[in-house]
Amino acid sequence: MNKERGMSRIVKTVTCILSIPITIFGLYIILHGHLTPGGGFAGGAIIATLVALFLISFGSVKLPEKSLSVLESLGLVAFIILAFIGLSTSFFHNFLANSNGLFGSSVSFGSNSGFLNTGGIIPLMNLAVGLEVFSALSLILLLMFKGDIND
Amino acid sequence: MNFKILILGVLCAFFLVAVLSIHPFGKPSNTEMDDYFIQNGQVETGSNNIVASVLFDYRGMDTIGEATLLFAAASGIFIVFRGKKNE
Repeated sequence: MNKERGMSRIVKTVTCILSIPITIFGLYIILHGHLTPGGGFAGGAIIATLVALFLISFGSVKLPEKSLSVLESLGLVAFIILAFIGLSTSFFHNFLANSNGLFGSSVSFGSNSGFLNTGGIIPLMNLAVGLEVFSALSLILLLMFKGDIND
Repeated sequence: MNFKILILGVLCAFFLVAVLSIHPFGKPSNTEMDDYFIQNGQVETGSNNIVASVLFDYRGMDTIGEATLLFAAASGIFIVFRGKKNE
């Protein structure tokens, strides 16, 4: 009985099937943060709900906490480094915008064209914040769930 | 008792006057900054989502604070729950 922790097999199977669309939707929200509502915070939280779903249905998830905290620090450090790179003009200067390089296509005033290769450093910052939010929220969930079991 | 009712009446009158004197919804008194963001945000940052351009470019310091706050929250929870396991 101790090995059969968690919910029934139906719930476990549905969780496994749902994990793919949830991940894709979270990544979509993060990557399209500069085009549609959403962004790093919302997308990271959506992917972290997947960890909550697995914790509830399976009872335990083997995710290494050390690497999650490393990922969290990595996201925050990448965000701050991106802010510091543009320091030659100003803090948080968008040095990639309108540069015709990575995410550098220029945008004209008007309605949303929905072209992904725009935004300068905003998509990169969205990725960094998404990584940080995902790992921070999953770390919190994992630790709280483990504390619940030990009692 | 009468003193409490008096204070309550004064407070109610104060809040009523405060609510009635709010300027109408959708008509801010100063619009220079909003107009600047709406007119130049897309061209300057290359981001079609003006909210994202304000959040990550014009007001990036605020987002650093938010990210640091989340980091601090996760660190605090890490400390609290790890101490529980070691006992």
